[in-house]
Amino acid sequence: MKRIALLGMPNTGKSTLFNRITGGTARVGNWPGITVELLTGKILLGDKMVEVIDLPGFYDLHGFSEDEQIVRHFLRDNVPDLALVVLNATQIERQMSLLLQLKALNLNVVVLLNMADEAKQFGITIDTRKMSALLEMPVFLLSGKYGTGYPEAMQAVSNALRYPTPGMAEELRHQLEQDEHLEAEMARVLKQTVQVPARLPEHLSDKLDRVLLHPVWGLPIFFLVMYVLFQGIFLLGQPLQGGIATAFSWLRETWLEPALAGWHPAWQGLLLDGVYNGLATVMAFVPIIVLFFLFMASVEDSGYLSRAAFLMDALMARLGLDGRGFVMLLMGFGCNVPALMGTRVMRSRAMRLLTMLVIPFSLCSARLQVFVFMTAALFRPETAPLVLFSLYVFSFAAAILTAVLFRKRFDSHEPFVLELPPYRFPTLRQLVMRGWLEVRHFLQRATQFIVAGVVLVWLLTHVPFSAQPASADTLAGMIGNALHPLFEPIGITPALTIALIFGFVAKEIVIGSLAVIYGLSGNELGGLLAQQLDPVRAYSFMLFTLIYTPCLSAIATLRSESHSRGFTVFSLAWSLVLAWGVSFVFYQGARALGY
Amino acid sequence: MNLNDLPCGQRATIVAIHAEESLHQRLQALGFRTGQMLEVIRKAPFAGPIQVRLGTTDIVLRLREAANIRVCRA
Repeated sequence: MKRIALLGMPNTGKSTLFNRITGGTARVGNWPGITVELLTGKILLGDKMVEVIDLPGFYDLHGFSEDEQIVRHFLRDNVPDLALVVLNATQIERQMSLLLQLKALNLNVVVLLNMADEAKQFGITIDTRKMSALLEMPVFLLSGKYGTGYPEAMQAVSNALRYPTPGMAEELRHQLEQDEHLEAEMARVLKQTVQVPARLPEHLSDKLDRVLLHPVWGLPIFFLVMYVLFQGIFLLGQPLQGGIATAFSWLRETWLEPALAGWHPAWQGLLLDGVYNGLATVMAFVPIIVLFFLFMASVEDSGYLSRAAFLMDALMARLGLDGRGFVMLLMGFGCNVPALMGTRVMRSRAMRLLTMLVIPFSLCSARLQVFVFMTAALFRPETAPLVLFSLYVFSFAAAILTAVLFRKRFDSHEPFVLELPPYRFPTLRQLVMRGWLEVRHFLQRATQFIVAGVVLVWLLTHVPFSAQPASADTLAGMIGNALHPLFEPIGITPALTIALIFGFVAKEIVIGSLAVIYGLSGNELGGLLAQQLDPVRAYSFMLFTLIYTPCLSAIATLRSESHSRGFTVFSLAWSLVLAWGVSFVFYQGARALGY
Repeated sequence: MNLNDLPCGQRATIVAIHAEESLHQRLQALGFRTGQMLEVIRKAPFAGPIQVRLGTTDIVLRLREAANIRVCRA
């Protein structure tokens, strides 16, 4: 099968174009020579199937950043039949260097000058026919966003694929060390083909920036926007989440339970309470994930994320992070999983790891459910909101403490130099495609992991079958008792310890597991908790729940995004240690003070 | 003077870039070249990064990185 490599600088709309070309059929795949996974799509072009690979955006073929090395290694070990080079037409004067570098490799090249719509607004005119002649390669102006110019370009790609690759140089670096020659040629082509007005007309972006990047109001506006975003996600997401949960339990009651009625009770329990409930738990996450990616994709594609990074960078730099890390931390307050995935925008691995180490402390919506239930049951209505707020403070404090402690270990020398793209309206098609890709990715990864975890927890609380489920005689009960010496100093009872084991899978089932353990639900459970626990124990339990670990999906994401088992174990171990330490100091301190 | 000292709204020409190899290449790829005209658009609060316009591109960089770029007021 012929192979097309999609190449270009960041902010050229390359990924949008990739989605348009592959129609959302892309999958992640591994390639020789590189350790990261790349998005790959197979499409029918003319009468043949071809494979299109989306390579990371890069500025310079002989640069030293992670992405630049990935591209170089990929080209070396997987010579493509065609290099489809995407350039931003509004920045053609500086992006042409990349094109000439690729041309020097003697690759089969088709050039796409993307963002023709924006270039037109800027008053930039490009003579593509003449440029094609000078560069000796096909050049097309198009708009990936609106799809104009797209059919012609794909026709040219199809034609170009008929010819074999002219040949790939053996010594890649050697061929590339011709900067001066490149610059002269660049100037020659640009001078004859491109006209940029001496002073650009004031763009809408400048006007928007004057408000959104205001020295005083910029930050408050940013926080307001984020607040509205989260409110929107949960206002829309929770009914959908509830709807899916209802649909799954309906399916279970009307179809699955009768179908399995003749089976052995242990099998019934394992399949229904274990596997099926596990799947339902994963599926319930889907609406939130979809909404998150829709909202975050709009923010990201609009160009506002880069602005937020600009505003927050001064503060984050002191923590060893950068402006983008703050945005991810905020995303984590909704759900840690998309926030961990979002760190992909970071180029430096050390900084990305430090950000991923910090994100799991963000008080996500699932943990919020536990805290809302507990505070309502154990604290007076006027103090409950304060208790909740204090947990948010602890969440931030844990993140800041972690960053400060480990900034030396994950020291990144990567300079903070970012491009600020103009504001753009994302199109619906772009958003839907993005949301769909991310959800499929999430489901693929999380399903097996969560199902395995849920099955394990179910077995722990039901084996041996002679014992009362989740009682002290089951494996979980034995573990709860065995761990008692460890949890007693922080005020957590054996019953709560079992709930924490459930919480390891997903925080959504902590309250549900307590309901199973006590055999009560809703208000009755709250009443019993209030009798059995005093506020100090309850708060210690909440602190531990907040910090000890996110959930299985987050850990799975941490593992797949970091590509490192060691880092995942380290992150988990650190949060467990920190959780115990914080709860210990709180519980013993409060008791010593006589509470 | 260096880019980090340039006031907002001031246009200047790049005289030299003194940076280690990888940062130099990165800056060059983003359009920082000797002789190139630039303008400081704004500075972030709390001594944060600055926003610089080069031709049609806006770049955000920290003051530490900007200190590597020698400029001459236009």
